[in-house]
Amino acid sequence: MSNPNGRFGIHGGQYIPETLMNAVIELEEAYNKYKVDLEFQRELAELLEEYGGRPSRLYYAKKMTEDLGGAKIYLKREDLNHTGAHKINNVLGQALLAKKMGKTRLIAETGAGQHGVATATAAALLGMECVVFMGEEDTIRQALNVYRMRLLGAEVIPVKTGTATLKDAVSEAMREWTNRISDTHYCLGSVMGPHPFPTIVRDFQAVISKEIKEQMLAKEGRLPDAVIACVGGGSNAIGSFYNFIEDKSVRLIGCEAAGRGIDTWETAATISTGKLGIFHGMKSYFCQDEYGQIAPVYSISAGLDYPGVGPEHAYLHDIGRAEYVAITDEEAVEAFEYLARTEGIIPAIESAHAVAYALKLAPTMGKDKCIVVTISGRGDKDCAAIARYRGEDIHE
Amino acid sequence: MSNTCENNVINASENASCKTKANRIASAFDHGKAFIPFITCGDPDLATTAKAVREAVRNGADLVELGIPFSDPTAEGPVIQEANVRALQGGVTTDKIFDLVRDLRKDVTIPLVFMTYANVVFSYGTDRFLQTCSEIGIDGLILPDIPFEEREEFLPACRKYGVKLISLIAPTSAGRIAMIAKEAEGFLYIVSSLGVTGARNEIRTDLESIVKEVRANTDIPCAVGFGISRPEQAAKCAEVSDGAIVGSAIVRIIAEYGTEAPEKVGEFVHSMVSALRP
Repeated sequence: MSNPNGRFGIHGGQYIPETLMNAVIELEEAYNKYKVDLEFQRELAELLEEYGGRPSRLYYAKKMTEDLGGAKIYLKREDLNHTGAHKINNVLGQALLAKKMGKTRLIAETGAGQHGVATATAAALLGMECVVFMGEEDTIRQALNVYRMRLLGAEVIPVKTGTATLKDAVSEAMREWTNRISDTHYCLGSVMGPHPFPTIVRDFQAVISKEIKEQMLAKEGRLPDAVIACVGGGSNAIGSFYNFIEDKSVRLIGCEAAGRGIDTWETAATISTGKLGIFHGMKSYFCQDEYGQIAPVYSISAGLDYPGVGPEHAYLHDIGRAEYVAITDEEAVEAFEYLARTEGIIPAIESAHAVAYALKLAPTMGKDKCIVVTISGRGDKDCAAIARYRGEDIHE
Repeated sequence: MSNTCENNVINASENASCKTKANRIASAFDHGKAFIPFITCGDPDLATTAKAVREAVRNGADLVELGIPFSDPTAEGPVIQEANVRALQGGVTTDKIFDLVRDLRKDVTIPLVFMTYANVVFSYGTDRFLQTCSEIGIDGLILPDIPFEEREEFLPACRKYGVKLISLIAPTSAGRIAMIAKEAEGFLYIVSSLGVTGARNEIRTDLESIVKEVRANTDIPCAVGFGISRPEQAAKCAEVSDGAIVGSAIVRIIAEYGTEAPEKVGEFVHSMVSALRP
């Protein structure tokens, strides 16, 4: 879907300092070489299967379906992957690529900590050094994941600048990359940043929709009517959508974090409230003020608390191929509790945004229809924060 | 478009303001090695910025880089990041900075360039931003997040209004120097070190070989920046180039002395100019 310059319609591009240009060119050349290299593909497939636990299950949520009384609901269980989220799909791909490129050190940003944990895991497995940048605010919200990364041998650097959340972690990781390029790969965690990252990360995550398609054909003998996933930068969503883009009968629905509501300033719903801009290496939609200053966004979910969205999502929005809806904190927390109670599955609070929309959509569709909801990660990391949201005095 | 200055070509029929503007950046390099200070506008307030710029000019600065603050300046080290935060918290906006330049232009005749980030220009409306630059007497624009490959985003508007889009060359630009230098306008900004802006004890990049390749491909001047904080460093960088750019060291003086900083900035500029043009 992207042209050679990394454009998705008007979005994407390479808006980065000159210092990084040769690094992204080198990365693109290496990626183009290895993506068609059979030995690389074999190694990655083996890692994903034997280590990552793929394929992930497509689970028929019978109780939820019966309770809602409409479309059949399937859950794509990315939460069952090793490290507990879809992030590992991309990280194993990028870490293996970096290793082939002769890099010995991985740096990464993380919001909720899932991508940081995945990167620290891959670094441990492949014998690489690892440094993770995490907003100081998020190191408090997700203290357990900070410990996990350290346990895995990574150094975690709390980022105190700006809003001390995901966007600042991305900025700091980019600064570190300009400081040390020759031995370091920036393992970007979402379908964002400068070309070729949005394409590379999407390709590594596209395994999600490839499997959904095969599993739906096996279980139902047909394609789903809708695929729903949460969108921060948008990697699990693009992974869930990608192999259905040409299948026009499949509705693709991305769920953004509305925080306290899209009519408030405390929101992270980029497509609903943002405008076109240039930031973090890409042209896309960003939450910003009239002078282009990036807005201090808010969501209960550290993983969706980002003021931008990946350029391919911006493009899918522009051409009307995908729909983007906003889900509030309260709706996400209710969905988090609902899925735990109804199916015995505790989703990540990020994924609960997708579940929340399924709760609205399924009853409006006939029983002959099928919906796939991607459960991008597991919710263990969120239990203490949600308990606090509900007024319980629990700390990790 | 009768009153625009396209493609560097100064046509006798074009109006006088365009003519002086197109020549103004080159004039910074007319009298020996140039000293180029950077100041974040609005840190701690615009009145202090105006005084600091005038002190810099009075003490021999040849061109001033005026930073328009951005919320998330990814090419900056901690010193300039904090200046951006202070300026934005003080309520500075792009429009207020345009007013600052209008005021400066009552008496400041040296070239002035803006340094900011792509989104500041883009969100204002690229055409409207550059038209205003032209009207108020801004000579150039430095956007550290715009590499050669993306300059078409801003170049047409820069050319339409006679504002030079300054290109940067980094220590990691191997294989790209000729391409960048051949198309460069105004002056070339040679980034001395890897990483972000900020003072460094030592500059290890082989600037001489970079500048040699630049010279083989263009006649426009080149100035070295990133990491220079002391007069002897500036003198050393200028030995192989046409001038030195200093940002963080000046911003640090402003952070320390606040509204009392302009005089100190003037003293600092004097020491740098003396080292560059003994």
